[in-house]
Amino acid sequence: MLTIKNLSVTVSGKEILNGLNLEVNKGETHAIMGPNGSGKSTLAYTLAGHKECVVSNGNILLNHESLLDLDTEHRAHKGLFLAMQYPVELPGVNNMTFMRESLNSIRRSKGEKEYDSLELINLIRQTAKQLKLDEKLLKRNVNEGFSGGEKKRNEILQMALLEPKLAILDETDSGLDIDALRIIANGVNMLRTPERAIILITHYQRLLDYIQPDYVHVLIDGKIVRSGDKQLALELEDKGYNWIVDGAAA
Amino acid sequence: MNLIQETTEQTVNELINNDYQYGFVTSIDSDTLPPGLNEDVIHKISAKKNEPTWVLEWRLKAYRRWLKMSDPEWAHIKYPDIDFQGISYYSSPGKAGEGPKSLDEVDPQLLDAYNKLGIPLEEQKVLSGIAVDAVFDSVSVATTFRDSLEKAGVIFCSLSEAIQKHSDLVKQYMGSVVPYSDNFYACLNAAVFTDGTFVYIPKGVHCPMELSTYFRINEANTGQFERTLIIAEEGSYVSYLEGCTAPKRDKNQLHAAVVELVAMDDAHIKYSTVQNWYPGDEQGQGGIYNFVTKRGACRGNRSHISWTQVETGSAITWKYPSCILAGDESIGEFYSVAVTRGKQQADTGTKMLHIGANTKSTIVSKGISVGHGQNTYRGLVRMTKRAKNARNHTQCDSLLLGDQCGAHTFPYIEVMNPSAIVEHEATTSKISDEQLFYCQQRGLSEEDAVSMIVNGFCKEVFKELPMEFAVEAQKLLSITLEGAVG
Ligand SMILES: Nc1ncnc2c1ncn2[C@@H]1O[C@H](COP(=O)(O)OP(=O)(O)O)[C@@H](O)[C@H]1O
Ligand SMILES: [Mg+2]
Repeated sequence: MLTIKNLSVTVSGKEILNGLNLEVNKGETHAIMGPNGSGKSTLAYTLAGHKECVVSNGNILLNHESLLDLDTEHRAHKGLFLAMQYPVELPGVNNMTFMRESLNSIRRSKGEKEYDSLELINLIRQTAKQLKLDEKLLKRNVNEGFSGGEKKRNEILQMALLEPKLAILDETDSGLDIDALRIIANGVNMLRTPERAIILITHYQRLLDYIQPDYVHVLIDGKIVRSGDKQLALELEDKGYNWIVDGAAA
Repeated sequence: MNLIQETTEQTVNELINNDYQYGFVTSIDSDTLPPGLNEDVIHKISAKKNEPTWVLEWRLKAYRRWLKMSDPEWAHIKYPDIDFQGISYYSSPGKAGEGPKSLDEVDPQLLDAYNKLGIPLEEQKVLSGIAVDAVFDSVSVATTFRDSLEKAGVIFCSLSEAIQKHSDLVKQYMGSVVPYSDNFYACLNAAVFTDGTFVYIPKGVHCPMELSTYFRINEANTGQFERTLIIAEEGSYVSYLEGCTAPKRDKNQLHAAVVELVAMDDAHIKYSTVQNWYPGDEQGQGGIYNFVTKRGACRGNRSHISWTQVETGSAITWKYPSCILAGDESIGEFYSVAVTRGKQQADTGTKMLHIGANTKSTIVSKGISVGHGQNTYRGLVRMTKRAKNARNHTQCDSLLLGDQCGAHTFPYIEVMNPSAIVEHEATTSKISDEQLFYCQQRGLSEEDAVSMIVNGFCKEVFKELPMEFAVEAQKLLSITLEGAVG
């Protein structure tokens, strides 16, 4: 489904990713781990088409089609979803309105019928309930005054509504207490289907107790330096990243 | 961040290139006085309108005063000198002296012009239940729903008609809120006003429908000098909607209207405006100059006047809808959205003059500047000695799109009574590229994202508008911001 070939990315003239390769098939869940500043968010932003992430080399293919010429919104229309590490606030924009606009623009792009308001309200409410997201948050402005956990759950709610083909979650687990973590993990597990691929970016192994990944990759200094199964995550927890850095150097 | 600049510059360029949708000109036979202003012209206007002598005398008095006044120099707007002798002061569609009696008699081209503006009179009658008093240039040509209003005792007609039929009421109230000598443009208006709207709501009557007038400037070189007078007697209620668009023109057109509102004990007047006049081309050429005097007098105790405006048009807007809160416990409100783009300049705000005890005022001003647009909020809150326990809350927010536009805030606060409370809050923000990225990641186009965020910014004001007007205002705002995407 997703093929990243020899990807190099610069941000403000500084090279952040250099020669990154990754292959993700449908039905798979991949975890990407790595120390702070190693380029995890940059990878996520690059996949989503953030204009600040300039691809200097390599390619990104989604279902055999290059994403490089597509704008952010057209990548979203192709089924790419990014749950942000820091979801932004949209003052004055009602959360429900935002989700309606989002959902309908994606449906429009696929030539599907737009939801009418009633269908939509029911759908959103139902999904919010499954994610134990307080209904009151639907009436508030997008992420405005939300707690960290509420913002993350709001991201998962949108992910569930938009039914992406490829979902990327950037540190959705950080800053959550154990209950919130369970709810989020639950939401993600609900979305694991044979048709969908998921990339979990995290730097704690904790999340992986609840979402069992098929593969674990370690990203250091803009490159994937080690890949393995979930054993790798446990090892990392035990020995830290230096173990890999030293191992790679040796 | 680079992204912000890149997208906003693009936005700005696209916005500037976005042609004015309503820029068309209708050719209709018109009975127009040649350009120029002197006592003879005023005599002619008055004669054409068959006015009683007191009106003519009032006009002449204003004219003589106006000659002694000079064009004010406003702090934050710049415009070339206006040649008042180059303006024609009277223009009527159709032939002189014979106004149409029904829609059938109205020039089909004129009806077509309304259709282009999306105001099909016929449909509007049926669909929205709004009584429409359409002012085309200076003379009212179509008034609808008058009968059902008459049953309620409501008078809703052109000011000219009111001068003929309700002379005493007009004489009693016209100029009582905005005296003919009030300011340069109000004084000019008093001298040469050609028509406008008159509304009278009798005691205890809740006006059965929203009253609405669409103004449209059509004749080239014709200044527009409407006067609107709304009187709400004790315990009555009325909601009045004013909206307009104008055709494309090369020469700047002056618009200097006067609106007077009078609210007696427990009366409530809601006055809403959507203003979308031609703003001029990229250089600012040919746009409308909108210098309006709008003032409401809360004369009665517990009376209530609220002004809501959405201003997207005009090359220059100079406008401060105000409230004189004379009655005890009277309430004044001002809700405003002003958008400036291209070379547009807006200097708008309000004056709240607290005279009675326990009077309350609320000001919510939302300024949006795009491109080279300059947006100024200028507000005065005055608590006089008598205004015991008076309160004001002012919220003044600016949103900037691009880095060549400007937002300026000039709040003037005068408190002469120590028990009065005045609160002022102001914010300035930009749409960040992270916000746009977030929206686009969720599938929205940049254009839709900008429009959604701007609508969110204006929500507090839009919710004050009557339903159908709120929808129109949102549409207008989206059109105004159209072209945000390359
Ligand atoms: N806007 C930016 N300008 C310059 N450098 C940046 C910018 N954003 C991130 N970086 C740098 O890119 C590197 C990778 O950051 P990031 O992708 O956020 O890492 P991670 O998500 O793994 O913590 C860091 O060294 C960070 O300082
Ligand atoms: Mg990160």
